[in-house]
Amino acid sequence: MAKRLHTCTKASTCAAISKKHLDTLQQVRRIWKPVVFLVCLIPAVLVVTDAFELTGRLGANPVEEIQDRFGIWALRFIMVTLAVTPIRRLTGWNWLARFRRMFGLFTFFYVLMHFLTWLFLDQGLLLSAILEDIVERPFITIGFVALLLLSALAATSTNGMRRHLGRRWQTLHNATYVIAVLGVWHYWWQVKKDITEPLTYAVILAVLLGARLIWSWVHKKRRLRAAHQTPQRS
Amino acid sequence: MLIRRPPDIRPSDITSEENYLNRRDFIRAGAVVGGSILAPSAMAAIVPEAHGAKLGDVARSKYSTDEAPNSFEDISTYNNYYEFGTGKADPYKNAQDFEPRPWTLTVEGHAEKTGTFDFDDFVKPFDLEERIYRMRCVEAWSMVIPWVGISLAEVVKYLRPTSKAKFVAFETLNDPSRMPGQRRRSLDWPYREGLTIAEATNPLSILAVGLYGQVLPNQNGAPIRLVVPWKYGFKGIKGIVRMRFTEKQPKTSWNMAQAREYGFYANVNPRVDHPRWSQARERRIGSGLFASKQPTLMFNGYGEEVAHLYKGLDLRRNF
Repeated sequence: MAKRLHTCTKASTCAAISKKHLDTLQQVRRIWKPVVFLVCLIPAVLVVTDAFELTGRLGANPVEEIQDRFGIWALRFIMVTLAVTPIRRLTGWNWLARFRRMFGLFTFFYVLMHFLTWLFLDQGLLLSAILEDIVERPFITIGFVALLLLSALAATSTNGMRRHLGRRWQTLHNATYVIAVLGVWHYWWQVKKDITEPLTYAVILAVLLGARLIWSWVHKKRRLRAAHQTPQRS
Repeated sequence: MLIRRPPDIRPSDITSEENYLNRRDFIRAGAVVGGSILAPSAMAAIVPEAHGAKLGDVARSKYSTDEAPNSFEDISTYNNYYEFGTGKADPYKNAQDFEPRPWTLTVEGHAEKTGTFDFDDFVKPFDLEERIYRMRCVEAWSMVIPWVGISLAEVVKYLRPTSKAKFVAFETLNDPSRMPGQRRRSLDWPYREGLTIAEATNPLSILAVGLYGQVLPNQNGAPIRLVVPWKYGFKGIKGIVRMRFTEKQPKTSWNMAQAREYGFYANVNPRVDHPRWSQARERRIGSGLFASKQPTLMFNGYGEEVAHLYKGLDLRRNF
């Protein structure tokens, strides 16, 4: 356990970690991570069992239904991923950070399934139609760009890549915000008329991004104040 | 492949497609063997009170396609009818308790025979016909639907429009207490549609009152709806309460909502794409998970009957 912690925490802080903290981390890794992983898989499993009408049904237009479900879960997962940091800051539940990568990778998984459904089941791999859609339909272009960006993040999500990229890793992974905006935009643009649902996601995203802005603003102010006060005290 | 679970409507409640299509032979055989035993059901007029009641005396039509119709389940559970919600399954869920009785139709404008008619009186003068039509939705999916209806051309002739009448406008019931979807402004209620007089008097245009030989289900537009098979599905206005003969082109709901995307004509046209998606191909509902889309036909394959209506009209501009 201690050895593994070295890979992601500085040795000095590692020594300071209390026994209780270690227990929590161990519990997260051994029990909660597999549990959360399985829960995250449920929507995908339901698509399969619904296709065989064991749990529910896919309805008259199964291709559309599968594509919509994967797409909506991709959006939900990116929201969950982006909610980790604000919730952690508000509650002090730092163990939440340990799930962030998993949520991010599930976002990628559901986006990929959404894309593959479109590619194989909807377009039937008809190359001319696929290229025409990607180039000519703005909402598909947006979705495709989001998928490409997300692939880059998924590919660089390992500890090794994180170390290898150093400071650039964070810059690259800030693309998450761009991807989330593209995702909501993609959804908004393909809806025929009733924008209630895309609007809901837009509001959630605005709150999650707004929380970050407020946080950084408050933090900056505190730092400035601290810088002002230090000389007076000494 | 999909394993079909029995639908909520028991198969025994519905005439099977095979029996349905052979019912004339069946009735004829019955008449020969059993005399009058089977005759009353075949002679009955519209029985509007009962949901799913059989319609009697339905003539076949030369305009029917011989393509296999979609299942009753597909046709009655996958609908666009925003008056009952914007989701595809919403109309099926939310229209179950809707009572399409009593129902009146008001005829106004440039016609000799105007006024308010009870639904049954309105329909009575006309022969019921079965029309198995392709239906192409603007969302790029399609079905084959065995409607039962009356010829709109006959209705228009009966109402005797004057020479000023150039268009027919239609309106859906506007009653949020009965149509829950109208409590939200997903569209500017009431739903409005319209045709030119030439389109309305084309032999393909019908007012449908039934589906699969039965009274039209609520979610499909009971008690009476428009069916114009060479146009996108949204032209097929449901739950009609008003017809108006006008001199000017009437306002239509989807055009009012997004003029750039939905025109007045809305003819099925694989060469004119929706601004956000292609109209070149369509997904046939019921074709299964792994079926590929099929090419969309000009005027939904009804060019022979309707192409002459649009001679000299730029269909790219008048989409």
